[in-house]
Order: sequence, then C-alpha cells, then structure tokens
Amino acid sequence: MSFLSIQDLTVRLRGKAPILRRVSIDVAAGEVRALVGESGAGKSMIGKSVLGTLPQALGITGGRIILDGEDLEQLSPRARRQRIGAKVALIPQDPLTALNPSRRVGPQITNRLVDILGWSRKAAEARALELLAEVHIPDPARVMRAYPHELSGGMRQRILIASAFAAEPKLIIADEPTTALDVTVQKQILRLIAEMQQRHGTALLFVTHDLGVVSKVCQTMSVLYSGMVVEDTNVREFFASPGHPYSAALLAATPKYTDPDGSLTPVPETVIRAVEEEVAAFDREMEGAA
Amino acid sequence: MSDVIYDVKDLRLSFPDMSRKPILGPAPRIEILKGLTFQIPKGEVLGIVGGSGSGKSTLGRALIRLIEPDSGQIDFEGTDITHMGEDDLRPLRRRFQMIFQDPLSSLNPRRRVGGIIAGPLRLQGLEGIDARVNEALDMVGLPRSFASRYPHELSGGQRQRVGIARAIALRPDFILADEIVSGLDVSSQAQVLNLLEELVRELGLTLAFISHDLSVIRRLCSRILVLYQGEIVENAATADLFAAPTAPYTQELLSAIPLPDPDQVWV
Amino acid sequence: MRDTRGHTRKPGLRLWLSGGWITVLVLAALLAPWISPHDPLAQDLFAGRMPPFWQAGADPNYLLGTDSLGRDVLSRILHGARLALTVALIAGVLTCLIGATLGLIAGYYGGWADLVISRLVDIWMAFPPVLFAILLIAVLGTGMTSIIIAIVVIDWTRFARVIRAEAMSQSKMDYVASAQVVGRSRLGTALTEILPNVLPTIVALLTLEMGIAVIVEAILSFVNLSISTDAPTWGGMIAEGRTSVHQAWWVLVFPLVALFLTVLSFSQLGEGLKDHFDPVLR
Repeated sequence: MSFLSIQDLTVRLRGKAPILRRVSIDVAAGEVRALVGESGAGKSMIGKSVLGTLPQALGITGGRIILDGEDLEQLSPRARRQRIGAKVALIPQDPLTALNPSRRVGPQITNRLVDILGWSRKAAEARALELLAEVHIPDPARVMRAYPHELSGGMRQRILIASAFAAEPKLIIADEPTTALDVTVQKQILRLIAEMQQRHGTALLFVTHDLGVVSKVCQTMSVLYSGMVVEDTNVREFFASPGHPYSAALLAATPKYTDPDGSLTPVPETVIRAVEEEVAAFDREMEGAA
Repeated sequence: MSDVIYDVKDLRLSFPDMSRKPILGPAPRIEILKGLTFQIPKGEVLGIVGGSGSGKSTLGRALIRLIEPDSGQIDFEGTDITHMGEDDLRPLRRRFQMIFQDPLSSLNPRRRVGGIIAGPLRLQGLEGIDARVNEALDMVGLPRSFASRYPHELSGGQRQRVGIARAIALRPDFILADEIVSGLDVSSQAQVLNLLEELVRELGLTLAFISHDLSVIRRLCSRILVLYQGEIVENAATADLFAAPTAPYTQELLSAIPLPDPDQVWV
Repeated sequence: MRDTRGHTRKPGLRLWLSGGWITVLVLAALLAPWISPHDPLAQDLFAGRMPPFWQAGADPNYLLGTDSLGRDVLSRILHGARLALTVALIAGVLTCLIGATLGLIAGYYGGWADLVISRLVDIWMAFPPVLFAILLIAVLGTGMTSIIIAIVVIDWTRFARVIRAEAMSQSKMDYVASAQVVGRSRLGTALTEILPNVLPTIVALLTLEMGIAVIVEAILSFVNLSISTDAPTWGGMIAEGRTSVHQAWWVLVFPLVALFLTVLSFSQLGEGLKDHFDPVLR
C-alpha cells in the first residue's frame, strides 16, 4: 500500500488549459521518488496539489490524491490542513525567502510544532535544538537566536531541513531544494537530506530538473513533459536505458564533464515533435472521455 | 603583444559593505578581487569558474569596464582602460560586448527584438541597420519575423539568442558571457552552447565564459580560470585541469558535481 | 507567473467606469455655460432650499434642488467641475513634471545629486501639508494660480520619492548595463531605458495626483481660501451645505458625491492605465 497515491490528477488553468494531465504517481513509505522535468513540465504543481498550495488560477479538475489511505479531496478544508500538517512537510527551493527575515530562527522552527501540532513551547525548543544538532549545525543554541540574514545559504537550507523533519512527517516534498546553492554546498545538503531520510524512514518526493541530482539521492522517478508522465521507472534502470525517447534525449542533454562529447546533446526537433504529438493525442482522448 | 587581447595585472576591486556600515562615517570595504593577473590571447575561449562570492561576475564586469577597479591594470589590445572615462571608452565599447545571465532583465521589456538589436548599431553610427539586424537574427537561428516581437513573448532559449544577436551584431573582438546558460533548461542549454561554439569559430571571436558549471565549461572552453574568494587558484588548459586539477578547491569543485550516473563515487 | 497576473489582466470594467465618469465630467466642465439650466450665481430667495426633483414640493426646473440662497445645485456642480478639473490638470501635470524629473535624476544618477534631492524631499515632507498650503495661500493671496502653486509646491515630493525608488531599481537591471556596454550616454540611457519603464508608475501617480488636487482644492475652498467666496466650487458648496444639512441635505450630498466619484475615478483610471501601458501585462 502506497503512502501517497496520486491517481489521474488533472489540474487546469482557470478550468481550461491543462497543467497536469491525468498524472498518477505512487510513493511508498520510505521511498525516495524524483519528479523530473524541464520548466513548464508541471513537476512543482504536483507537490503543490498535495500540499493544497496551488496558485489561485489553478484548480484540480479530476483525479484523487490519497494520503495514508484517506482521499484528501473528500476531507473538509480544515481536516485536510490538519492531515497535511501532521503527515507532510516541505523543503522549499529558496532558503532566502522561505525564512522570515525579521524574526529569529528559533521561533520559526518551533512555531509550527506549537501552533499546529500543539506541543508545549519547552518541548518544541528542545526538539529544535536536537534537530539543529542533527543537521550538523555547530552551536545550535546560538543559531536559534540568530536572524536568517546572519547565516549562509547552506546554513539556512539546513535549518529548513531540520524544520521539515521536526514533526516526524511521513512524507517530505522537496521542491528543487539545492537549485539556489553552490555545487559544493549542494553536495553537503543532498547528503544531509539522504542521511536524514534514511534515519527517519521518511518518504521523499524530490522535485528537480537535474538528472545528476536524481542519480544521487532517488530510488524511483517520474519524468514529466507538459504535465504528462512520460516515464515511470526506477533510477538504475533509467540511467542504464531510458524507456521513452524524450527522457533519453533529456539524459543526453544533461552535462557530464567526464564525457564532453557524449553529453550536452541538444534535444532533437523530432523528439520534441513526437512527444508534443503524444500530448495532443492524450488531450483528444481526454476530451473524448469527458 | 598583438596576439593578446586582454592583459590584466594585479587587478584589485572592493565594494563598501553597507551591512556593516557604522551609523557615522564610511562603510568598511570588502575586497572582491584580490590582485588578479592573467592574459587572454586572441581567439581563446576562456572559462571563468567559481562559486558564489568568488568574484567571477565582478571580474567580468571590470573587464568590460562596467565597473572601475581600485588598482592594478587592464590593457585591452595594448590600451590601458583601467581608469578610462566613459567618453573615452565609448569608441572602444563596440569592440568588447557582453551577453547577460538573465535575458529577461537584460532585454528592455518595452522594446521589440528588432529595436533591441538595432539600438547599439544606431548608437555606433553603423549603416545598413536593417540588413545587419536580419543577419544577426539569421546567425543565431531565429526567424526574421521575431524582430517585431517583445522579449516576454519568447521562450528562455530564444531570449538568450536575442542577447547573443545583440552582442554579435556589432561584430566585436571580444565577448563576455556571464552565466548565460544557467537559467535555461538543459535542452536549450545545449543548443545555446552549440550556437556559441559555432559563432566563435565563424567570427573568430575571443570569448570569456563565466559559469559555475565545470561541465558546461569543459564543453566550450580551451582554458580555465578557477576563482576562489577573489583569487585565481588555478589557471590551466582545459584538458590539463580535468586530467589533474592542482588546486584543492578545483578538486573539491570537480568531486562535488553530481554526474547523471548512479555509479559515480560521490562521497 | 502567468497565474498571478490573472487578476490584473482585465482592466476592462474598472477602466470603462472610471474613464466614463471622467469623460462625462470633462464634457460637463467644457459645456457648463451652455448646459447649465441656471446661472450658478443667480439667487432667488423665494426658491430657497427646494428639494431635488423626486421629492415632494420640488420644482422641476431645479433638478437637484437649490441651496439656502435659491441657487441651482446642479448648475453650481457643473461650474464647480470646471474649476476642479482645471486645477487637477494643471497642478497634476506640473507636479508630475517637476517631481518625476527630480526623482529620475536622483534615482538614476545617484551620488551627490541623489543626496541633495533626497535631503530636500525629507525636509520638505516634514512640513504638515495642509498648514503649509494655508500658509502659502495666505502669502500668495487667494485665486486659482495660488491653489495650483500650493499643490505643486507641496506634492512634488510624492513623485520624487516614488520615481526615485523606481528608477533606482530599474538602473540595477541588466538592460541598463547593456546600454552602457554599447556606449549609450547617461542621459540617453535615462531617456530610452529607464523612462519608458517608469512610465506606468508615472501615469498612475499622475492620475492619483489629479484626484488629490481635486481634494486639496475642495479643502481650501472648504476653509474659504480658494477663489472668491461666491464662485461655485465643490469645496465651497460642501462648506455651505454642512451648515444646513438638517434642512437641506442635498446641498451637501450632491457635491460630495461628485467629489467622491471624481477622486475615485482618477485613482482607478490610473491603476487601469498602468496595466495598459505595460507590454508585459498587456
């Protein structure tokens, strides 16, 4: 039984243009699944659909999101928020804007525990200190009192990771968590995420555009194009032999310094045209069914 | 000396640090570039790599004198441009151009593509502007009809092509490309790199390519300058650098790159 | 990105309603001498405090009733619009020209020009505006020119501040750097790169300023510092209407409504036009 099961999820812009096209994705407990695609593929929108944070103009027009056996769409908004708050957490992309610049770090970690999960302030603070130590932040007590701008980008991302794991969620959605970071810092953060994930046994939905990153931290992956899942596979298989021409082209386009001539190959026009045609056919079928 | 396009000696540059400014008195200065010395031979494609805060963009902007260095010397084709005033620089500006990282912010949103490319040509008093605009669009592989479009109507890759067209339309000797593919998807990234490679060959350009991504640099550049906290820690031919990186920072940088390969040893 | 813009995308109704009211007002002001049913100054003490047409005891000749001196409220509102719009237009444009120019210089050129202009704005804004205006009028004497001068002198700082901030953020954009790379002069860059990009803000501020000018004129009329006391002004009418609000509410309410709609329309028109001037939103 999957912990998160997204079935035929369709999201449209103002009820019209499809942003997600009958996306089905399963994440088992403790599984690390990548959502891969280029900009506009809709990969972030899947996470946002689960969290209920889609932009106003977008709406779910079909499909189900089943979290831990419960259909989220059937729940009242209040119950939904409660379930999400208790079971799911987010590691956001930009560590700079995700923390409120005018408040100290400590309360920003503990408030969620106190306000949403009803912990006592003392327990929350103890937990925050413990977590900051766990994400290898030296002198956690000092960092709790610091303001975000006093900390480096990597440090801030560590804090957000600690904060995501604070309430022991069963699922974490990481939305391009290292895109804003230097490659050397990215390595540390990715290893930290992997380490934390393993220790806590959390399922991870890892949204990224970088196949290099996918090969380092994920077990399974869904490749998206234009809001449609074109390939659903496990990571080892994918890198050995991608199953869809578009994903193969994507892999060939990804830079690889050990293979300067075999990588960074432009995605051929024919592949783009073929996958566009596939999307169009899918749309016709979808309209036909509706 | 004629085969060297840029000769940089002990280049130093600092900015006031407003975050540590005392209430009274001037802000303390942070050193961004701490004495850089290097040359760029004609026809070379030089990669400048470094993390955030390494000073690579500042160096680029100093080379084309968007900012004035504190001390040291920058010679462009034998002319000292280190402290040259804007009026004296103007005739030289045609010869060193820049392609910016974010095409959306470097292309004026209120002007059409044709006007964006033609503007510099007009300013430099060139003739046959329409023909030159069309030629530039052809060279970067955009349809001529794009001249009447606004930047926001184009995709990221197309916008970056407009940025390239604007730079090459003037037929400069030197182009500075500052992180020009880092905002693009991998599919358009490869196309833009191929295009740049082609243009360098066809037009005999000298190119300085600033990037944080060694994989991209390896593809394009013949020589690599590694910057770390405002200093050059390595300056080597591309093949040598990848075969045997000497600086610890270069080694760290290389080992941190996540290759699209689950078997890569990455610890 | 596209989603969040969705809300501002349709300027339609707002632009039409506000633009419509302003158009009606402009026509009324232009044609006031011909379309006014009565002389706005003509008193008829036997026809004092006549209610508007739908109430009992109304005279159909006086559509919106008369004030305590028997002057036609509608005619006075129409003639008042002339003054209000003249002041709005001249004061608005002058304020905009002076303020925006200084703001642009401060924001783009920076350095000591910015230092001087910014300090001047700071000092200027420390004066309480209404007192400042009353003081000015007291020195200059009443009259339309004085009102306009007062508004310009007080309000240029609003433009200077906003445009300075806007020009500053624009001047950090790469297309300004790229203009420099191709050797465009400072002034050329300011006019071709910065100005078009702050234009939507200027337009929005300009219409807002026109609304403010209408209010300031009304306030000054209200405290009897505007034109000669019997010339029909909205502020003057409101002041007079206030004293007899229990006997003749219409004398107060109609000019108040005209004032309210005008100021609201100006600000809405600005917002609507701002989107319209922006190719990214268009």
